[in-house]
Amino acid sequence: MNYMDGFRRLEAAVHFRARLAGHGRALAGQGRKVHLMEVCGSHTMAIARYGIRGFLPEQVALVSGPGCPVCVTDPGLIDVAITLAGQGVIVATFGDMVRVPGSHATLAKARAAGGRIEICYSPLQALQLAIHHPESEVVFLAVGFETTIAPIVAMLDTAMRQGVANLSLLTAFKLVPPALDALLADPDIRIDGLLCPAHVSAIIGADAYRPYAERHGVACVVAGFEPLDILYGLDGLVEQLVTNKPCVDNQYSRVVKAEGNRQAQRLMAHYLEPAAAAWRGLGSIPESALVLRRQFARYDALQRHGLTLQPGRHNPRCLCGEVLKGKIRPRECSLFGVACLPEQPLGPCMVSSEGSCAAEYKYEEC
Amino acid sequence: MCLAIPMKIIAIAEDGQTGTVDLDGVRYAVGLMLLDKPAVGDYVIVHAGYAIEKLDTAEADARLALFVSLAEVYERELGQEVVWVAPSPPRGHGA
Amino acid sequence: MSESILLGHGGGGRLSQQLIAREILPRFGDGPLRTLPDAAALELSSCQIRFSTDSFVVQPLEFPGGNIGDLAVHGTVNDLAVAGAVPRWLSLALILEEGLPLVTLRRVLDALQRAAHQCGVVVATGDTKVVRRGQCDGMYINTSGIGEALPGFSLGVEHLVPGDRILVSGTLGDHGMAVLSAREGLQVHNGPVSDSRPLHRLVQAVQTWAPEIRFMRDPTRGGLAAVLNEMVMGREVGLHVRESALPYAPGTKAMAEVLGLDLLHVASEGCLVLLCAAGVAEKILACWHALPEGVGAKEIGWVTQRRGRVILETSIGGERVVDLPGGELLPRIC
Repeated sequence: MNYMDGFRRLEAAVHFRARLAGHGRALAGQGRKVHLMEVCGSHTMAIARYGIRGFLPEQVALVSGPGCPVCVTDPGLIDVAITLAGQGVIVATFGDMVRVPGSHATLAKARAAGGRIEICYSPLQALQLAIHHPESEVVFLAVGFETTIAPIVAMLDTAMRQGVANLSLLTAFKLVPPALDALLADPDIRIDGLLCPAHVSAIIGADAYRPYAERHGVACVVAGFEPLDILYGLDGLVEQLVTNKPCVDNQYSRVVKAEGNRQAQRLMAHYLEPAAAAWRGLGSIPESALVLRRQFARYDALQRHGLTLQPGRHNPRCLCGEVLKGKIRPRECSLFGVACLPEQPLGPCMVSSEGSCAAEYKYEEC
Repeated sequence: MCLAIPMKIIAIAEDGQTGTVDLDGVRYAVGLMLLDKPAVGDYVIVHAGYAIEKLDTAEADARLALFVSLAEVYERELGQEVVWVAPSPPRGHGA
Repeated sequence: MSESILLGHGGGGRLSQQLIAREILPRFGDGPLRTLPDAAALELSSCQIRFSTDSFVVQPLEFPGGNIGDLAVHGTVNDLAVAGAVPRWLSLALILEEGLPLVTLRRVLDALQRAAHQCGVVVATGDTKVVRRGQCDGMYINTSGIGEALPGFSLGVEHLVPGDRILVSGTLGDHGMAVLSAREGLQVHNGPVSDSRPLHRLVQAVQTWAPEIRFMRDPTRGGLAAVLNEMVMGREVGLHVRESALPYAPGTKAMAEVLGLDLLHVASEGCLVLLCAAGVAEKILACWHALPEGVGAKEIGWVTQRRGRVILETSIGGERVVDLPGGELLPRIC
């Protein structure tokens, strides 16, 4: 028995399609169109991969949000990682990061030029690298939202307890709620409902979204990443809007608790503290990042290797920022599918397999 | 952003920090230190080599059952049977 | 210290002779290779031959379900088979890294010998070179193959017409996932097993229906997605594939979920994709089901009029485009 196949069944999906069509007629009757945002890149990816957009009536617009760590990472971070690789440091990274454009190059290019770039599935592999190469410095490119921050901090905890001294983190930890605050405060952006992330919510808890429903009147549904979870989640969002009763509906209750994972929260709070961060497309957002606390500075790759993070340069014609805010669809960017392709991405939304641009390019028919 | 899948704990190391998880027979070791009192037999959500939360199987089963019953509710709402007409190939040439 | 390959094994002197006499001739010396001529003298009954070459650089050298040796035979045999040919002769070029343990080389050569025997191909000519430590990952192999064309086949994507059926001979993505899981340092137990195996018998078995068979290919690098896209790119026809019909081995599927990979992009090394007229699809499937390498054969879709497009009908009844894979397969956490 696995808990995936049951959530991918055709029979139920067919019914959700019929039900969503019904909502579409109700909205048309009210002369309305609603704008929903899937916050998380894994939702974007699953929506594209299962062809879910085709289930939605035209009265329901679905836009992709800023929830892909690759997409919102500033090119300056890649520049630092490339500099480190050039200095003989072993740079360990998740596979998602090797094709992300820095100001001038990618980690894949740095590897081709002789840099030691190791791809990890788990932060534990970075720890293993450090243990097996005591003569080398290992830097783990620690990118992620709450879901990924927790495992990386758990790895750091193990490294410290084992006295591993040649490992440090180049952190770009970002938090979802501050980004949502910034989005909802932008008067140019219209969002009626949020499809809230599955596994970020497992860490932070469903209660994190209450201000959006209570203060902003935005419908919120926490949904899993399986296709039936998503369809039911979209159905729930539209129903909240049709009946005009916005609330936080935790439909991923098999994993997500109201208060989240307290153990993970404690561990993160022990090692990390909030800081401002630059988000691609959204600008600087206060307290939207987590950085290592001062007493753990020797595990901070920037301090350990005497480097500073400079804002990177990106292609001025790239509209990833507008895409991330949900203001335009990827194909409205002049570079999309012409100069910017998955094989040679100019913007981060085309790099990450879950980036809005890559998902739209790969899976959706023109 | 956060690919994570449900797997079942089938063994826990002595220090309680790591355990072996299983998905359809495939097994490997993951970190368990983000969980409160993990036990053999628990389903957990695994992300980047760590279990990040437990999966409540009663909730999961209830949800699967709900999907089945919703189908009936929706048909009643719509007043008609909902059937899936799969695309079919055009008539072939040749033998 | 255990025996390993030295630079001298490639130097053309006594050590080279020893390596050939002890490791190569006992395994492959009963054909044209016996007298180690500079070029093999071959006789073929047909003058319709097919000729193919492939290089093998797999890491790790040994993986669940096979090693670089049997892979090097199956790869070239299959390239000939999907061109509608019976494989007859192989060349074998070994590039060995200084320090390669001799026991590893022996396991690889044993597998190669076994595979060649099972495929009925003869290693007719060969070469061995040794490179310095660090210049290659243990060993590389190149094989070239000559096969005799089976009469009746006239294969080409230009023959595809709407309504033609797409068949696959077995589960998809097993080889790529086996190699990737062995490489990612996860110490996976009971994980995916490579499907490295020859396909020529599947081709010979369907010769009866050769005139109705439009095209064959084995989905190696780039997986099924690459093969299907290559077939219709820039053409008047497209393809429709049913996700629910795609055969996957449970271990392979589970590992793809873990690493976040789309199995449509992952290589097989023992799977045949065949496109044929609708009327013979059932007959070909029945014929394949009687062979061990075709037990899991399935019809997965058909040819459409949607120009150049490969469309997947998803498991929940949606539709999406199947795109070419991006290149390097990387595990995802996102």
